[in-house]
Amino acid sequence: MGQSFLDNSLWRNVYCFLAGDSTDCATRNYSDGVLPAGMEWLAFLIAAVVVIALVINGVLGGVIVLIWGERRLFGRFQSRTGPNRWGPWGTLTSVADAIKTMFKEDVVPADADRILFNLAPVLIAAPALLVFAVIPFGIGTYVADLNVGILFVMAVTSLTTLSVLTAAWSSANRIAILSALRSVALLISYEIPMALALVGVIMLAGSMSLGGIIEAQSVPFIIVQPLAIFVFFLAAMAEMARAPFDLTEAESELAAGYLNDYASMKFGLFFLAEFMAELSTSAIVTTLFLGGWKGWEPIPSHFWFAAKLVLVLFVIIWFRMTLPRLRVDQVLKLAWKGLFELTMINIIVTAVLIAIWPEPTTSRLWIMAAINWPVAIISIWAVSKLLGTTQYENPVPDPSSPVYPVATSAIPASAVFSGDVVVGPTGMDGGD
Amino acid sequence: MAIKTQPVTVNLGPQHPSTHGVFRMRVMFDGEEIVDVEPVFGYLHRGSEKLAEERTYTQVVTLTDRMDYVSSMLNNHAYMLAVEKLAGIEPSPRGVWLRMIASELQRIASHLVATGFLLQDLGALGTPLIYAMRERENILDLFEMLCGARITNSYLRPGGVFMDAPDEFWPALKRSLVDILNTIDELETYLSGNEIVFSRTKGTAVLPPELLINASITGPMLRASGVDWDLRHRNPYDYYDKVQFNRILHTASDNYARYWVRVQEMRESLKIIHQCVEQIEPGPVRPSFDEIPRLIRPPVGDAYVAIEGSKGELGFYLVSDGGISPYRMHVRASSLINLTLLRDMLIGGLFGDLFVTFGSVDLNMGEVDR
Repeated sequence: MGQSFLDNSLWRNVYCFLAGDSTDCATRNYSDGVLPAGMEWLAFLIAAVVVIALVINGVLGGVIVLIWGERRLFGRFQSRTGPNRWGPWGTLTSVADAIKTMFKEDVVPADADRILFNLAPVLIAAPALLVFAVIPFGIGTYVADLNVGILFVMAVTSLTTLSVLTAAWSSANRIAILSALRSVALLISYEIPMALALVGVIMLAGSMSLGGIIEAQSVPFIIVQPLAIFVFFLAAMAEMARAPFDLTEAESELAAGYLNDYASMKFGLFFLAEFMAELSTSAIVTTLFLGGWKGWEPIPSHFWFAAKLVLVLFVIIWFRMTLPRLRVDQVLKLAWKGLFELTMINIIVTAVLIAIWPEPTTSRLWIMAAINWPVAIISIWAVSKLLGTTQYENPVPDPSSPVYPVATSAIPASAVFSGDVVVGPTGMDGGD
Repeated sequence: MAIKTQPVTVNLGPQHPSTHGVFRMRVMFDGEEIVDVEPVFGYLHRGSEKLAEERTYTQVVTLTDRMDYVSSMLNNHAYMLAVEKLAGIEPSPRGVWLRMIASELQRIASHLVATGFLLQDLGALGTPLIYAMRERENILDLFEMLCGARITNSYLRPGGVFMDAPDEFWPALKRSLVDILNTIDELETYLSGNEIVFSRTKGTAVLPPELLINASITGPMLRASGVDWDLRHRNPYDYYDKVQFNRILHTASDNYARYWVRVQEMRESLKIIHQCVEQIEPGPVRPSFDEIPRLIRPPVGDAYVAIEGSKGELGFYLVSDGGISPYRMHVRASSLINLTLLRDMLIGGLFGDLFVTFGSVDLNMGEVDR
């Protein structure tokens, strides 16, 4: 048993309960395991299944709560009540929804590529769950602490687009194809600023493992790396296609995009995957920028993680509720002309700071924050000036002259009528 | 190496969340760019104009309610003015003031719907729409006090309105006017300076004023291009010459200008309502049945009256053969005529702008198809 296994209390408790291994489980007294000696491999297997089942079911339960919470919040944002019929405060709405979805007819379009069509929902749900394998939910609570955790997260989240493309292609629907093309364009554009934004974090932490990054955050990186969180958050929103970047599902344009032909539980899986992506994105933001499970002592670490997670989720939902959608060319322009430059500025500034203070202590992190914030504010302001549109000088209605045209350069109708407008004979002319 | 590409034809509608009813477009896309658009409509045709030939002049009001169902009062208004002109009826002053109040309230409600749905088409997931609809509810409550109905009002009668406003109407109206003004301010605070709204709508679907006039497009679309054409001012019907208001003009003639003109016009409508409330006097709301019979038989002839509807010039053309029902009724439906330039607005644009442009025309399928 390696050191990382010993650090993981989730694994250790289950394993030692079954196997009673005295050397690896010295911290607590597991003198007698449940299983007889020589069955350590079975204990390992069962521990693995238990931990994975715990994480998967925990995530699915979290999604159920998230769907309910998001709907309630939508209600509050839109000055209405939101779901309140099933269960207290409508908490059972998602359960009713799930039952309804499961019992719906499973329609497959006649022209669909049946194998790919049925494979796509699985393809999208699996990577959405895989991300949670590396996320530390609390002290010693994780499935695996990979030393390339960030790379793993980046790789797995990109798989979502593959399944979107599969779904769109297999359902033989032109609107779905348009949606999938947008999805691919978004992925290609936003993967780059997303990965580059994390370079600063990796440089500061000196590690790519999520556990190591949490350990390095004596000051949360949201304070030390304002540009990185700005870019990463926007890129993550674009990557999971949330408003204002919800081009793939653009309800008012593409109806439901690649989901158009899916029904029943296949649609349900896409729906779940969307919310799992939301959950995993906020978990990653929490881990990388908000200090993960770090908090103050008497309250357990899991609570701190959950509290920060809910905070990030609230911001995501807030974005979705208040902002209109960007057009596809504007989205791509923002990625290549705006966020890319910002990440470059961040990498250069952070690299210089690291060169000056190679081993950042807490006080040095504060000094870095003091340098990074003005840089962030100035560069974001400059980019917004470069990319932003100039507003019109709207004509102001003049209250002192109430019955006069208010536009400064109004065209009088007579001037326009003097052109080649043909005025027909007055009265009835027979009609057509 | 150049990749061989070909445009793709996509069918949008009639069942599509953003077609404002049952409109259908066959759009040819080259990637995201729109190459060709072919509008198809008629899915909501109910033959209102033909049905009018079977009904008495008063009964036709119920048909006009159902044409542009988000501005029924304005439809009633235009129709009744045509009937009055045809039959030579002199309306009662109090009835005229009341129907002006109702029309301006309806104009605000219609513009609120247009603004809300424009933002919905921009992808704002319902929040601005519901804020706009909440204020529209306020106005519909006022209509309920006036005539008992919220959407299909049938409030107007030849020579005025059928019922005086109840006592509780006036304080409720005063309260609502403040609420509506607050909502307009709120919408402007959140939206008029919003970078996403602005960058999405600025410079899209620009139409030169000459083209708009040649296509006989009217209403906020025309005023957004800088042409000073408002029938309330050009051809004052009822008592619009006794009230003062700004004509709202913008010169950009793009989607943002159309949105902006609508928002500012709501403020002007509030001004008009205030002036109507100040000038209204007690009296009968319509001539008595001794003066005008229940069954009107206008003399043989024809009449055309157009008013400034919420979407443009809304005209009713009536032909009488001396009988109890119109020989022929024709509606100049501003929604339909404003759609004329849809192709010019869309071609060359991107898919993302398609429904925004469509929404900025502010059309109502009930009026397009009748």
